[in-house]
Amino acid sequence: MNLRFLSIIGVFWSKSILAEIEYRVNLIVEIFSVIGNLSGSILILSLFYSNGNNLGGWTWNASLTVLGVYTLLEGFTTCILQPNLSRIVSHIQQGTLDFILLKPFNSQLWVSFRIFSPWGLPSVVSGIILISIGIHSSNEVLSFNSFLICFLMLISSILILYSLWFVIASTSIWFVRVWNANEVLRSTLVAGRYPLSAYPDSLRRFFTFIIPIGFLTTVPAQAAMNSVSIGVILASCAFALLLLWISNRFWLFALRFYTSASS
Amino acid sequence: MGRILPSSVNSIKRYFYIFRSLFISQYALMIEYRAEIVLWALSGILPLIMLTIWKEADISKEFGFNHKWLSSYFISAFIVRQFTAVWVMVIFEKDNIEGKLSPYLLQPINPFWRYYISHIAEQFIRIPFVFIMLLLLFVLEPSFFWSPSLIRIILAIIAIFSAFTLRFLIHWFFSMLCFWTDRASSIERLLMIPYLFLSGLVAPLEAFPPVIRFVALSTPFPYILSFPSKILSGQDVNIINGYLVMFIWMLIFLLLGRVAWKFGLRKYSGMGA
Repeated sequence: MNLRFLSIIGVFWSKSILAEIEYRVNLIVEIFSVIGNLSGSILILSLFYSNGNNLGGWTWNASLTVLGVYTLLEGFTTCILQPNLSRIVSHIQQGTLDFILLKPFNSQLWVSFRIFSPWGLPSVVSGIILISIGIHSSNEVLSFNSFLICFLMLISSILILYSLWFVIASTSIWFVRVWNANEVLRSTLVAGRYPLSAYPDSLRRFFTFIIPIGFLTTVPAQAAMNSVSIGVILASCAFALLLLWISNRFWLFALRFYTSASS
Repeated sequence: MGRILPSSVNSIKRYFYIFRSLFISQYALMIEYRAEIVLWALSGILPLIMLTIWKEADISKEFGFNHKWLSSYFISAFIVRQFTAVWVMVIFEKDNIEGKLSPYLLQPINPFWRYYISHIAEQFIRIPFVFIMLLLLFVLEPSFFWSPSLIRIILAIIAIFSAFTLRFLIHWFFSMLCFWTDRASSIERLLMIPYLFLSGLVAPLEAFPPVIRFVALSTPFPYILSFPSKILSGQDVNIINGYLVMFIWMLIFLLLGRVAWKFGLRKYSGMGA
C-alpha cells in the first residue's frame, strides 16, 4: 500500500513539475523574493540584537534557527499546501470532487498531495541553510541523537501545519468562499518568525494551544540547539498525531455534507 | 444610473454623475464579497503582532519607545494598512488574460477609474469591521487607547487617502507589465518585500540604522504607511514636508503609469474575447 502510494505520488509530482517548468521566469522571481524576504527578516531581527540586547532570552544563533525553520515551513506551504488545498474550493464548486471520491485512492491524500509546485524549493533550501548556519555558529555539536530529535520535531511541525491548513480548507464544503480563511492563518503564522518567549505571557499560551506557533518553529529550533526536554518532544509528537487524526475525521465528517454540485 | 446625459451638460456635472454611478455599482458588487472582506481585514494583523514583540523587547527602551508610543504607532499602522490595501495587479492580470478588458476599453472612460473606484468602495465596506476590531482591542487592552486631536484625525484621513492613491498608482504602473508578460502578478510578490520592510510596518523607522533609514526614506514606501501612522498616533512629524514628498511620488507614478498605459495598450491582444 505504502509503495503504491509513493509511486503514484511520484508520477503526480513529476507531471506537475513538468507543467510548472513552462514558467521558468517564476524561478528568478522566487529567488529574488526569497533573498529579499530573508534579508528583510534578518535586518529586522538584528534590530532586536543591537547593543547586546536579545529577544526573549534567545541567542542570535538560536533566533536565526527559528527564522530558518519558519522559512522551511514557508517553502513547504508554497510547494504543497498552497497549490493543493486552494483547489479544494473549485472541486466543490464544480462538483469535480465526485471524480476524486470515485478513485480507488484515499481522497484526503489525493486532494492534499496531488500537485507539487517547485517554486517553494528556494525557500526550503534557504531555510535549511539558515538552520545549519544557526547550529554551526552556536558551536553546538549536533550528535546523531539530537539530529534525529530535531528531524522528528520538524516532521511533527510539518504535520501540525498541514492539519491546520487542511481542516480550514475542508470547511469549504460548507462555506465555498473560505479560501481567504487560510490567508488569515498564514498571516497569523508570521508570528512564528520569532521565538515564543519574545511574546507576552497571555499570547504565549494562545500561540501554544490555539495557533500552535510554538510547536511549529520554536520547538524544532530548540531541538537543533540541544535544549529541548523530553516532555516537550512527546507533547509535540502527540499534538501532531492528534491534529492529523482530527483532520482525517473532520474530512470524513465534512464529506457527508458534500452535495456534488452540477452533477 | 441609466440616464443618458446630453453632451450639453457641463463637464464637472458629467464627471460627478459618472463617478457616482461607478461608485454605486462597484459598492453593490463589493458588498457581495463582505465575508471575504472581513477575512482580508483579519489578515492585516501583522502590525499588532509586531506591537507585542516590540513591547516585550529590551531594545525598545534604548530607542526611547515607551509602551504608549509603541501601541499608538502600531495600532495606527494597523488602521492605515486596512485602508491602503491594493490588489489591482491580480484583477488586472485576470481581466487582461481573459479578455475582459475589451468591453471596458469601449467605454468612454479610462478603465483606471473602474479599478480605482472599486478599491474605494471596498474600503467603505471595511470601515465597520475595522471599528469592531479596534473596539475589541481597546476593550481587551484599555491601556492601548489614545485619542488624537480632531485636526490630527482630519490630517490623517487625508494622508491615508493619499497614501492609498500613491500605492494604487505604483501598483497600476506595474500592472501595465501584464501587457508584455503573462504572469505579472508575481511582480506583486516582489513589490510586497520593500513595502513590508521599509514602510515602517514591522519596525518604526527610528529603529533602523541611519543608512537603511536613509534608503527607506528615499523610496515611496514610508509615505504609504509610516507617515500617515505618525500623524494619527500624534507623534512629531513634518507634515508639510511629508505631504509634499508624497505628492511628488504620486506625480511621478501618475506620469509613468500614463506612458506605460499608452504603450502597453498597443500590445493588448484581447485574448479570450
